[in-house]
Amino acid sequence: MNDLDERIVRATQAGLALVPEPYREVARALGVGPVLVMERIRGMLADGRIRRIGLVPNHYRLGYTANGMSVWDVDDDALARLGPAVGALPFVSHCYRRPRRLPEWPYNLFAMVHGRSRPEVEEKLAKIRELLGGACRGRDVLYSRRILKKTGLRLA
Amino acid sequence: MDKRGDDLDRAILNRLQGGFPVCDRPFARAARELGTDEATLIRRIGRLLAEGTLTRFGPMYDVEKMGGAFTLCAMRVPCRDFERVAALVNAHPEVAHNYEREHAYNMWFVIAAASPQAVAGTIRAIEEETGLPVLELPRFEEYFIDLRLSA
Repeated sequence: MNDLDERIVRATQAGLALVPEPYREVARALGVGPVLVMERIRGMLADGRIRRIGLVPNHYRLGYTANGMSVWDVDDDALARLGPAVGALPFVSHCYRRPRRLPEWPYNLFAMVHGRSRPEVEEKLAKIRELLGGACRGRDVLYSRRILKKTGLRLA
Repeated sequence: MDKRGDDLDRAILNRLQGGFPVCDRPFARAARELGTDEATLIRRIGRLLAEGTLTRFGPMYDVEKMGGAFTLCAMRVPCRDFERVAALVNAHPEVAHNYEREHAYNMWFVIAAASPQAVAGTIRAIEEETGLPVLELPRFEEYFIDLRLSA
């Protein structure tokens, strides 16, 4: 990670300035040219260090009050095939394989599902269950109650 | 003119969750595509941030590709101790976000740091400060991530 890239990250991690020329603002703060800053940012977009540039909505404010982290105990041999299939479902926003921690934690697949109500989330979970079929040995869903950190404290 | 929750707000929310241009006047370019003008778009985004509809506006970084490390952690926190433990956990700048969830494992947080060693150090510190074990669930594989909600 090159030094200028790192300084750009530090200068933008709290967000971009709401001014007509936000990249020029970053460049000014770092004492370099705006063309160079934009070039570096494009480079970081191209190699994936920047996932995307844009806005992050607050789920709750958009009415997505039911946020379910669904967790699944899926047969390891089937996971390479089923993980991407679950991830490809249009309503799954994040999907990861994580380690089991037996005996406390038997689940190895995590799929985040957001909805405007719990019944809506449950319907979506039923679709995941159907897709996993016989490879699924157990499941649970953990609804978020509160954001404790990130955007300040908000009640769900 | 700046009504709450109108069509322009919705268009901004739906279409600017990614793809914000990298050019001299990015708001002007994005505004053209949204059928508005630069000053209005800047004002609207400012208001959406101020009222809490948006939590952030800018580049979203991939911590791992940046050379850093992160992991998901869970704790079973006794109810009577919950607020105290939340404060101890949140006090670590490495704790990027933290959620209360309805489960025996009722506290879920992400630790992001410059190195795996720094992540491990933060976990140890949290265990010592709170007296509770931390269940560490690092990501082994990512099947999908694209949180774009429609307004």
